[in-house]
Amino acid sequence: MNIKLTRVFAAAILAAFAAGAGAQTVKVGVVLPYTGVGAELAQQVDRGIQTFMTLNPNAFGGVKVEIVKRDSKNPSGAEAKTAVQELITQEKVDILTGFIYSPDAIASAQLVTEAKKPMVIMNAGTAWITNLSPMISRVSFSMWHAGYAMGEAAVKQMKAKTAVIGYTDYPPGKDSLDAFKRAFEGAGGKIVDEIPMGGPGQVPDFTPFFQRAKDKKPDVFFVFVPAGDHTLAVMKTYGALGMRAAGIKLVGPGDITQDIKLQAMGDDAVGLITTHHYNADLDNPLNKRFVESWKKSFGPTTTPDFMGVQGYDGMAAIAHMVTTLKGKIDADGAINALRGWKYDSPRGPISIDPRTRDIVMNEYISELVKKDGRLVQKNIGMLPAVKDMCKELQEGRCKQ
Amino acid sequence: MDLITILLGGLASGMVLFIVSVGLSVTMGLMGFVNLAHGGFAMLGGYVIALSMQHWGLPFGWALLLGFIAIAALSVVLERLFYSRLYRAGELDQVLFTIGLVFVMTASVTLGIGPTSQSVVLPDWLKGQTDLGFIQYRTYSLALIAAGSLLVLALWLGFERTRFGARIRAAVDNRRMASSLGVDVGRLFTVTFAIGSGLAAVGGGLGAEILGLDPNYPLRYLVYFLIVVSVGGLGRVTGVFFAALLIGVLDFVLKIYFPKGGTIFIYALTLMLLLARPQGLFGKKGS
Amino acid sequence: MASFTAAEQLARRHRFQWWETLPWIAALAAFFAFPNYLAFGTQVLITILFALSVDLVLGYAGIVTLGHAAFFGAGAYTVGMLASHFGWTEPLSGLLAAALVAGAVGLVSGLVLLRTTGLTLLMLTLCTMTLLEQAANMGAAWTGGFDGIPGLSFGKILGLFSFDVLYFRSQYLYVLTVLLICFLIARTLIYSSFGQSLTGVRENLLRMHAVGAPVRARLVIAYAISAALAGVAGGLFTQATGFVNLAVLGLERAAGVLIVLILGGYGRLYGAFVGAVAYMVLEHFLAKAYPTAWQLGIGIVLVVVALYARNGILGLAETLRGKRRQRSAS
Repeated sequence: MNIKLTRVFAAAILAAFAAGAGAQTVKVGVVLPYTGVGAELAQQVDRGIQTFMTLNPNAFGGVKVEIVKRDSKNPSGAEAKTAVQELITQEKVDILTGFIYSPDAIASAQLVTEAKKPMVIMNAGTAWITNLSPMISRVSFSMWHAGYAMGEAAVKQMKAKTAVIGYTDYPPGKDSLDAFKRAFEGAGGKIVDEIPMGGPGQVPDFTPFFQRAKDKKPDVFFVFVPAGDHTLAVMKTYGALGMRAAGIKLVGPGDITQDIKLQAMGDDAVGLITTHHYNADLDNPLNKRFVESWKKSFGPTTTPDFMGVQGYDGMAAIAHMVTTLKGKIDADGAINALRGWKYDSPRGPISIDPRTRDIVMNEYISELVKKDGRLVQKNIGMLPAVKDMCKELQEGRCKQ
Repeated sequence: MDLITILLGGLASGMVLFIVSVGLSVTMGLMGFVNLAHGGFAMLGGYVIALSMQHWGLPFGWALLLGFIAIAALSVVLERLFYSRLYRAGELDQVLFTIGLVFVMTASVTLGIGPTSQSVVLPDWLKGQTDLGFIQYRTYSLALIAAGSLLVLALWLGFERTRFGARIRAAVDNRRMASSLGVDVGRLFTVTFAIGSGLAAVGGGLGAEILGLDPNYPLRYLVYFLIVVSVGGLGRVTGVFFAALLIGVLDFVLKIYFPKGGTIFIYALTLMLLLARPQGLFGKKGS
Repeated sequence: MASFTAAEQLARRHRFQWWETLPWIAALAAFFAFPNYLAFGTQVLITILFALSVDLVLGYAGIVTLGHAAFFGAGAYTVGMLASHFGWTEPLSGLLAAALVAGAVGLVSGLVLLRTTGLTLLMLTLCTMTLLEQAANMGAAWTGGFDGIPGLSFGKILGLFSFDVLYFRSQYLYVLTVLLICFLIARTLIYSSFGQSLTGVRENLLRMHAVGAPVRARLVIAYAISAALAGVAGGLFTQATGFVNLAVLGLERAAGVLIVLILGGYGRLYGAFVGAVAYMVLEHFLAKAYPTAWQLGIGIVLVVVALYARNGILGLAETLRGKRRQRSAS
């Protein structure tokens, strides 16, 4: 390195120190599957984080926030755990966030308890995760939020009497099944068949499963599959088997109407009814601003979906911690700051349940309609301030 | 449920397996190269097909042709530069090379185009259901059955009934003998490899409706490709066809009646078929 | 350099040489030099042990397998389920149980599968592993299914050292010690007459049949021993990380270890060390610097190694050394 370069370099370092000296810095470790099957989801959450920073440059009250990103690669938990360990021991981060896959969050719980680092979950939806550590709080959802709401809505709003459940055979799928079943039967409906439809790894040919469901002739067919390629295949199979003509309504949690997949679903999906905490078509000023900024940053053909808003709200929660503690993050103080925190999100009003540290939010019932040649989610009902019913009902592993 | 529905469903399922694996039955089954990057060519081909339809409004058929040509051309470059150097290397070096290639392909597409999955939008005449007179069935499944049957017929004619096919089989069986008889083995392999990769591309495009299409496609479905080729038996393109149909139909039937078994059947079936016939259903003994 | 006859070289080969202490010195030095990297270091050591177990069958007995995670997973689940369902948290006996269970699975599957070779064997091992994975997924009451068994804690090692949840100090040394013991076992085995006969099977199957060697029995025994070692690696994984889930049985793990071994150079005992360190360190730091783009770098490295270094990094080193010797001799 020549002398001139060295001097410039030294000056830059000095400048950085000088700038840092006055202000507090909070380090946030973001753990997301930036590569592999979850890369698409990680991009959503990451863009949600960026959009929060763009729209709320002053949210941290003058405290400097430094973001350190780590790739959690596959959903094994092991990679995420190593990433979290190094973020804590080497990078000395103050707060951890991200976590698309439940196994990643589950594997990391022990570490954040031991190191006393607050952890804000931006996706991982297995209901009982928040019970694993007092350091964990969640701004995303549990599978019970949408599943339970759909079960109630199917009976009360859609007047359905019988249902078949099809689900991808892994924990979110089984949670969805349990939640929908509990609510549907609780409201007086009858489940006539439960069909596991393969694992989350590969997209299966859904034809045999849907054929079986069609033969049972239920009023509604509740389907949970992971957001991503599975959802497109579900719509296509539903349309191709002529199930609507046979009088079977397809319903499900909003995972199957992920906004980024919506336009590719085609007309087969029109009439689909889902419950979820967010869709990009929600009609409120905050959401309009959110979607607008998103499109400006990432291109007019892109759109946020529920994962994007979770990234956004996760940063809002972290901003709340930082401003409450004025940049000096202590774990208990940070978690206590979140208990009972209320926020106006693009998805509507949200809060953190002080007891469970899990999110409380609206569940929207939407119908997919065609408007100006595009598929649009039309709001046809809303359940306000829904809690994670798994913990409210003390089901299975949710028991505290 | 009636027998015809089940049979059609199973045939269509099997045909999907065949169509996405047929390219591998050429590069690995026929040429004997452990080409784990097969799914990579399929994915790239699928992207060419999907994106050319989205951006240039190319009709489905022309897009498939474009995908075939583009990937065949790309594979000629790769074959001349890299693959040809590894024909005589051990299988494990081939594994290392092709897995590395898959990583490069996946990462390039993720970085260049993005991690979001693409979809091939079918023309209207391939959507919905078709009335066959005695039964209504998913149009695209019927189209896949037709396309798969045409493909296997063409391959059978091409590889088993022409001079070109005879030369390839001769070159694979005994490379030195074939070249001493005046066969330009290097060129022959390049052409065959291009055909295999082009078929992979078409498979990626045709199969996208069922299996989806994203940068992670090559590794996600690698096991399916390998299953079909190994059960079919190395060295026979037609064997792969029947293996795919057999697995497809059995898997479909079992899934309808025992959905709790989920993905177990396809592996259990493979295990039993291979234990019963280690050389594959249609493979030559001792190969 | 002094020249030896082939017989002398063969006899000398099993004697310890000074450079064989280097990996262990390096591993200890890493413990002191990089105290914040020990969680990652522990994973590297576990991968070395796993790759070593694969080297026994792939490199020495010529068995091509894509299903070795079956045994890694069997060991990992044995330790995990013993701890969560029976409160059996003593680490060393847990490892022993892992070795026994994985070895038994290896013995049984070896008896059935090792009649075949090549692609067929590759697919059979893969299918066996996937069936185990599905069984673990279905038996969620015991295995915790996809989410696995979280939050496991284990007793003190030898009743003295407790596990270090945050910094992985004791795990690192513990895994390193177990690796050393397993390595010595493997090394002794390879240079025994049993090991030599395995190499004979790999090199010339027909001749081994002709001289009347019990070929299949030897392959099955080697397979079972290798499975037991893989089971120990899996058991260590559960103990060190404090959880177990379906990923221990997955194709990604089985294929990953194969790549590590090919990259390092199989059939060389130290290929597992070189491959695991090279691959994992490269991946780890590339992923850290470029979370979205690291796969491109790894892919290019694999392609280049496959093209220019037959038999991996160690193979390349040998070729270079051979060339230099030739040059100095001429």
